[in-house]
Amino acid sequence: MHVSLLVTHIRAEEKLLLAAFNKRGINPDIILDRELNIDITAGPEQLAPSGRPWNTYDFVLERCVSTSRGMYALAVLNSWGLRSYNRYETAAICSDKLRTSIALWQHGLPQPHTRLAFTPQSAMQAIGDVRYPAVLKPVTGSWGRLLARVHNRDSAEAILEHRQTLGDYNHHIYYVQEYIDKPGRDIRAFVVGERSIAAIYRASNHWITNTARGGSASNCPLSPALEEICLRAARAVGGGILAIDLLEDAVGQFVVNEINHTMEFRNSSEPTGVDIAQAVIDYAIAQVEVTA
Amino acid sequence: MDTQTGPCPECDAGVDIAHDALENELIACPECGIELEIMNLEPLELELAPEVEEDWGE
Repeated sequence: MHVSLLVTHIRAEEKLLLAAFNKRGINPDIILDRELNIDITAGPEQLAPSGRPWNTYDFVLERCVSTSRGMYALAVLNSWGLRSYNRYETAAICSDKLRTSIALWQHGLPQPHTRLAFTPQSAMQAIGDVRYPAVLKPVTGSWGRLLARVHNRDSAEAILEHRQTLGDYNHHIYYVQEYIDKPGRDIRAFVVGERSIAAIYRASNHWITNTARGGSASNCPLSPALEEICLRAARAVGGGILAIDLLEDAVGQFVVNEINHTMEFRNSSEPTGVDIAQAVIDYAIAQVEVTA
Repeated sequence: MDTQTGPCPECDAGVDIAHDALENELIACPECGIELEIMNLEPLELELAPEVEEDWGE
């Protein structure tokens, strides 16, 4: 089996994935997104930077930290019929918080009340509609970057003016959510194909609980209700290898917050006791073997 | 491969490279903490890792 691992650079997760590949006797070609120079009309017979034709790979595992590079690479590779994890359409939905919200709504999944506006004036109205405190997020972004919890009109005006003045057009798309008063933690669950394999609580004294921002990880038991909502959320964005971020609302009900298509998991295998990298690789290989 | 040590391009401290290190792996300088990328293993070549861009993430 020939596999390529498409990366921006090698992080802890990619090393774990490479070790998992090696356990299955596979030594993937590591392809750097910075080296891609693809003729989009020349088809999959053209050579990848590895020197091997793209169409000789059984699958491409996309692990770019650069969301846009990974997504557009998948767009081309999938247009040639190449198998990838995840697929372009899933990446395109997950990398855009608005498209994720739409997909969740279309599939009847609970999520924070969310509004969309395009000007500071209409964004002020949207914030008032979801009520203070509200949350402002860029539609593209990760690791809790540029999130703002807005407590009152004064801070809303300041943040909106800054975004309108200093931000590029992406920051003029105002994605406004109600603030869910979560119990000092949120939940990240890992879905691989049709299985929820593990989940962690991410706890922090800060309202942003991402482990990239210092949130601590501990095991979260996978209840049937949690498994069910995670699988439904994964299906809503096309399925694959995904991390579902959920909040617990005031009455303990799950609310889907966002879905990540190139998930980080370096801090999650130890508390859960689940070898997440191996589960990912075993799933990807099994999918190829099923269709072989 | 034996463990190697190379100079941090930022602070010139010695940076130990683990025996299982890979090219294009990100590591941190133990002295100044800056993030580095291993550009080459033989010979060892370290560069400052690229700055985080707005679309980086999961």
